[in-house]
Amino acid sequence: MTDAPLHMSVRLKRGDFSIDATLDAGPGVTALFGRSGAGKSTIVAMLAGLIKPDDGVIRVAGETLFDSQAGVNMAPEHRGVGCVFQDPRLFPHLNVAQNLKYGLNRVSPAQRADTFAKVVDLLGLDGVLERRPAGLSGGEKQRTAIGRALLSNPRILLMDEPLANLDAARKSEILPYVERLSADFGVPVVYVSHAMEEVVRLADTLVLVDAGCVKAHGPVEDLLARLDLTPLTGRYEAGAVLNATVAGHDDDVRLTRLNMLGHKLFTPRVDLSLGKTVRLRVRARDVALALTPPVGTSILNQIPVTVAQVELGSGPHAEVALSVMPKPSFGSAQAQTVLARVTRKSYQDLGLERGKPVYALIKAVAIDRHSLGGLGMGADQNKS
Amino acid sequence: MMDFLSPQEWAALGLSLKVSLWATLGSLPLGVGMAWILARRQFFGHGLVNAAVHLPLVLPPVVIGYGLLVLLGRGGVLGGWLYDVFGITLVFTWKGAAIAAAVMAFPLMVRAMRLSLEAVDRGLEDAARTLGAKPIKVFVTITLPLMLPGVVTGGVLAFARALGEFGATITFVSNIPGQTRTLPLALYTLTQSPGGEAGAARLAVLAVIVAVTALMMSELLARRVKAKAEGHIHD
Repeated sequence: MTDAPLHMSVRLKRGDFSIDATLDAGPGVTALFGRSGAGKSTIVAMLAGLIKPDDGVIRVAGETLFDSQAGVNMAPEHRGVGCVFQDPRLFPHLNVAQNLKYGLNRVSPAQRADTFAKVVDLLGLDGVLERRPAGLSGGEKQRTAIGRALLSNPRILLMDEPLANLDAARKSEILPYVERLSADFGVPVVYVSHAMEEVVRLADTLVLVDAGCVKAHGPVEDLLARLDLTPLTGRYEAGAVLNATVAGHDDDVRLTRLNMLGHKLFTPRVDLSLGKTVRLRVRARDVALALTPPVGTSILNQIPVTVAQVELGSGPHAEVALSVMPKPSFGSAQAQTVLARVTRKSYQDLGLERGKPVYALIKAVAIDRHSLGGLGMGADQNKS
Repeated sequence: MMDFLSPQEWAALGLSLKVSLWATLGSLPLGVGMAWILARRQFFGHGLVNAAVHLPLVLPPVVIGYGLLVLLGRGGVLGGWLYDVFGITLVFTWKGAAIAAAVMAFPLMVRAMRLSLEAVDRGLEDAARTLGAKPIKVFVTITLPLMLPGVVTGGVLAFARALGEFGATITFVSNIPGQTRTLPLALYTLTQSPGGEAGAARLAVLAVIVAVTALMMSELLARRVKAKAEGHIHD
């Protein structure tokens, strides 16, 4: 526990607003997810030393950065906590190379040239090194900010909604870089976001924050499969995360075939090699249920599942958690969970009681391309 | 060209430039420090310090001159000590004139610097801290370069104000030709002496030329510094 990349337990009160957050982050990417105003940014600012908690403890890699009882409050410059903010915060009077090198003196002199070259290469900044921030595109600015934080040799990297100010095209330009960060530099990342597709794509561990408190904490797949958390993960956006491997590409129809516990799953074509693990999010509202596999339908994915849990709200909806068991041919593996949102009427008509076998119908086109990514290397590291 | 002014008038112009230059350069670091304290620090008595800095702007200059005389005169608290320990005399010397000019120009200088310092995004300073820079490095490498346009503007305003300084100067260091008779004092003297009208007119024109030149140069300089700070000029 003391050597965990991050352990923090802090409290802060400012008028009506209060924070009471306890969280741990392992290697790889930990996402802090919550609505705007939930206190995510305040939590990371406390971690960086820019806001002082009223009381609590913050430890990074076993070193105490803050301890109200012991009277420890390390200055930001000594914490070794790298930050990428929502706005890139590049120094306007310095060019890209000078911005990148600003924190480089924390890297040992012998490694500076190598590390610099590696970061410039990873982030594709070679062509803009001489330019001033004013002459950069939004994506280039944010890539420079990421590179600058990496080059300060942080023990942990905080990313506070780094993509929030970018349009969709810029987001998909930067996401692959962020995906590789944690693995390529072996630095644990705390990623703040209110966009679930980013979380699903990047994070291994999910921390749900609401009204200044940590409401849940655990592997992304587990938390997103829990019906009781859908109010926090966003009811409209609610959906479970599935892990699958690439089984093949059907180029003539531009689809990719995935193997999920032996079940076949079609998605829009993705550029991943065979056998690669992917994580995909299937929104509950994109899943329909049937008692028998329908014929003559456009829905490609029909997966046998059993009802695990049903939650009836006050509205016309019923949220259903479904277990996907591995096919006998697949060998032993842990069951996965799919969420479905159906009407209360269907729930009654189909008799969706716990343990009932049904078919989950998932439209391939409904699988969000942006939430479909190769599992971050950080996740692989976690598992090995 | 040299005949345009009499030797005394040349002396007055030279003295004015010297006094104003030293007044400006000498108070520049203090101005930056004071601007930083007022813009970035919260402390008990903040309002009082702010008021004290602005006092020369609202008080009759003669009062400031008198205050300086009491404080820095040979018999004054500070003046006596300066003379005893360092042998420095300020009264009736150009150095005293520079101090009077500096004090009178200080509020203008601090105002300009504070405005530009407040426009510097504190997020940039935070970012620099998280990159491992100590506060002093943050100030030197981030804050100061970004507030530089305000430093230049403040410096030029102070210089212009120092050139025109009259009341505090004449009260503190009197009106001694070659020592403390700056351009405004020389002009005043000429208006008081019979037959001095032509000289007074020449000095008035000269004052206008010097002031306009200074302002134009500062405008050019400020624009260049600003463009550089914002990253529009490659270096």
